Amino acid sequence: MSARRRRRAAAEQEEEEEEEEAAEAGSDKEVDLEERLHELDLRSDSDIPDVPPPTDSTPEILKRALSGLSARWKNWWIRGILSLAMISGFFLIIYLGSFMLMLLVLSIQVKCYHEIITIGYRVYHSYDLPWFRSLSWYFLLCVNYFFYGETVADYFATFVQRREQLQFLIRYHRFISFALYLTGFCMFVLSLVKKHYRLQFYMFAWTHVTLLITVTQSHLVIQNLFEGMIWFLVPISSVICNDITAYIFGFFFGRTPLIKLSPKKTWEGFIGGFFSTVVFGFIFSYFLAQHQYFVCPVEYNSETNRFVTECEPSELFQMKKYSVPPLLQAVLGWETVNMYPFQMHSFALSTFASLIGPFGGFFASGFKRAFKIKDFADTIPGHGGIMDRFDCQYLMATFVHVYITSFIRGPNPSKLLKQLLILQPEQQLSVYKTLKSHLVEKGILQPSLRG
Amino acid sequence: QESEPENKLDGETASDSESKSEFGGSSPVPSSDDTPEVLNRALSNLSSRWKNWWVRGILTLAMITFFFIIIYLGPMVLMTIVMCVQIKCFHEIITIGYNVYHSYDLPWFRTLSWYFLLCVNYFFYGETVTDYFFTLVQREEPLRILSKYHRFISFALYLTGFCMFVLSLVKKHYRLQFYMFGWTHVTLLIVVTQSHLIIHNLFEGMIWFIVPISCVICNDIMAYMFGFFFGRTPLIKLSPKKTWEGFIGGFFSTVLFGLLLSYVMSGYRCFTCPVEFNNDTNSFTVDCEPSELFQLQEYNIPVLLQSVVGWKTVRMYPFQIHSIALSTFASLIGPFGGFFASGFKRAFKIKDFANTIPGHGGIMDRFDCQYLMATFVNVYIASFIRGPNPSKLIQQFLTLRPDQQLHIFNTLKAHLVDRGILGSLEDA
Repeated sequence: MSARRRRRAAAEQEEEEEEEEAAEAGSDKEVDLEERLHELDLRSDSDIPDVPPPTDSTPEILKRALSGLSARWKNWWIRGILSLAMISGFFLIIYLGSFMLMLLVLSIQVKCYHEIITIGYRVYHSYDLPWFRSLSWYFLLCVNYFFYGETVADYFATFVQRREQLQFLIRYHRFISFALYLTGFCMFVLSLVKKHYRLQFYMFAWTHVTLLITVTQSHLVIQNLFEGMIWFLVPISSVICNDITAYIFGFFFGRTPLIKLSPKKTWEGFIGGFFSTVVFGFIFSYFLAQHQYFVCPVEYNSETNRFVTECEPSELFQMKKYSVPPLLQAVLGWETVNMYPFQMHSFALSTFASLIGPFGGFFASGFKRAFKIKDFADTIPGHGGIMDRFDCQYLMATFVHVYITSFIRGPNPSKLLKQLLILQPEQQLSVYKTLKSHLVEKGILQPSLRG
Repeated sequence: QESEPENKLDGETASDSESKSEFGGSSPVPSSDDTPEVLNRALSNLSSRWKNWWVRGILTLAMITFFFIIIYLGPMVLMTIVMCVQIKCFHEIITIGYNVYHSYDLPWFRTLSWYFLLCVNYFFYGETVTDYFFTLVQREEPLRILSKYHRFISFALYLTGFCMFVLSLVKKHYRLQFYMFGWTHVTLLIVVTQSHLIIHNLFEGMIWFIVPISCVICNDIMAYMFGFFFGRTPLIKLSPKKTWEGFIGGFFSTVLFGLLLSYVMSGYRCFTCPVEFNNDTNSFTVDCEPSELFQLQEYNIPVLLQSVVGWKTVRMYPFQIHSIALSTFASLIGPFGGFFASGFKRAFKIKDFANTIPGHGGIMDRFDCQYLMATFVNVYIASFIRGPNPSKLIQQFLTLRPDQQLHIFNTLKAHLVDRGILGSLEDA
């Protein structure tokens, strides 16, 4: 407490000094009360007024059903019911297919962005900054346009080939995206207003960091999805499972605190969650690996204008015999076991979800403490905002994407094809010849008599 | 008349040493005069206004000379210089962050900022180096493994930094630490990505490096000159010393300068050829057959200009047409980078980014307009000049599965037959 008082005193003293010097500086640099207050904000954590606690948004119907219980159990029930509701919603959307999933990912991204930007507005009291709301949404649009153009164009190659206007947009995609971004940048510079420079720069940076976090990750999630729904489902479920089982283990056995940042987390929960998630990952992958619907890369069929998941399952999803290492042989009593190679990968995914995923959660907790907010928003009763549910998922999405590109697949064939098609004709011809000789050499292509 | 030039003495940075001090007690930049002693003595008898003018002029000439020297020394030295400039810019901006937030004593933070800089540089250099040094990398076993799992290794390094950050959060300093984390990331985004784009442009051909940078410098100087002699109407409230006359005069001079410079440079192979790494001599070479862009062609002058110029056709390099686009961007949009930096300096109440160059300020002060330019040139090249690299595509093709290879081959064949490039009866 005394440190806080000392810092407050130091802040006040510096404020006085600054006032004197500013008075000498002349009319050019009028001391702005708002700016000085913000400077004070920066120096000590404790001066910020707490954001008023979010209002209770539990639906009326739940309230009536649970009115008889005590407050603690009521909260527990609300959280439980909402968890089940979210999980069911998740299954429903999986059933509805890839396109709905993509829409879902996009909506979540937009909502997360909105939540974080709103926090920024509140922290900096910047609702009335000129242009700023429009600019934030404009930047979100630009970055999404850029990313969707890069990914979607690859997958819809045949669809795009047929339409002239789309061809133009694809060919000059980077240039168009850059021009759009620059327009936003210039608008920002033109919107700088004398007394609000610092605030505007803060909001600019806040917007960009938020875009970096939410938009890139959501696009990585969609790329993972296109690789095969299993690459989307298993990581997300592992993170959810880790959340739930760590909570349950902590509830029953929790004793040793894990990190000062989140005082409710315990080592017992952490380790228990790790083992349960690994087991869950194994079992869940086993079930999913059997269905083509989950295992095949998502492709867009231009004739039926729909997404199809039909293919010859790759080696990853074909049962193989593995010899059980001698240590485990004694425990399990088997000598060999039939597993999908994918289950080995699920082991890596679950490990990441349990060991590193929580750091995303700690980061979000630190962020909430830093800006003195209880939850990101009020969207889900009992749970908080969408960001609160998805904070651990972010690192996971990037990890899965990097994992796939490094260990599973090589470069994307459709992207390669797209690039081949925009080469100069002479280049295309020489590439064609090289490819043909290579394929003939490998016996993949039978040398024919003509053509 | 006497007072006007005084107001227009400075370009980018805030007013010169005669003006009142603008910052409060917590001045981040010491205002000591670090002009070299030699210059001080030589100019000691002039009035302080002219002295400042001379110091700026001499330093400008020194920087331009230095630029020419390193161009002469070759691509390797240029890459090293770009890297040093990048590190210095990063250091300057981070130091401002420390000063703004009084966060010198935050635990770990200096180490973490430098660590993140290292990670992001490692990631970018790995991506570029793999492309250009392909054969060298394939030969050496450790390099091959590093390049194959490059993204994974970079991500793991970044994650380590991220986890260290989370573990370093200290109870009373959460907000400061998050601010510095955000500050570091935005700085990395601006400084590191742009410097790597500059290196990409360099590898395309030194002309793609020299012409844009020179256009920005020329625009700076010309806008200043025009503003000095003819300046009357203020341009933007953010930089009160900029004028419309300077802006427009700078635009036309830069376009002209770009045309002339490109004409001179397009004649030399060492500027127009892509930089390649020669495995046998283990050095960079610039030797090639100049592409169409750098071969003189006859252009018909539009009828309007014919009466003015008196010629019916003119021989020009196609590259000069592109240089018009580059110069236009440098004059019209480049200054927005400068306005952004001015706004930033006013927002955080600093006069200059640092004190590295006497009379000019820090390295960032000189490079603020260059940043947008580097990205623009890179996007321009990728969109309008070269397509993807065929040999790189072939390499990627060879790593695909046989059924994927066959599918691509057949699609390509159908496409070529469709366009008539490959006759359906031909057996190529």
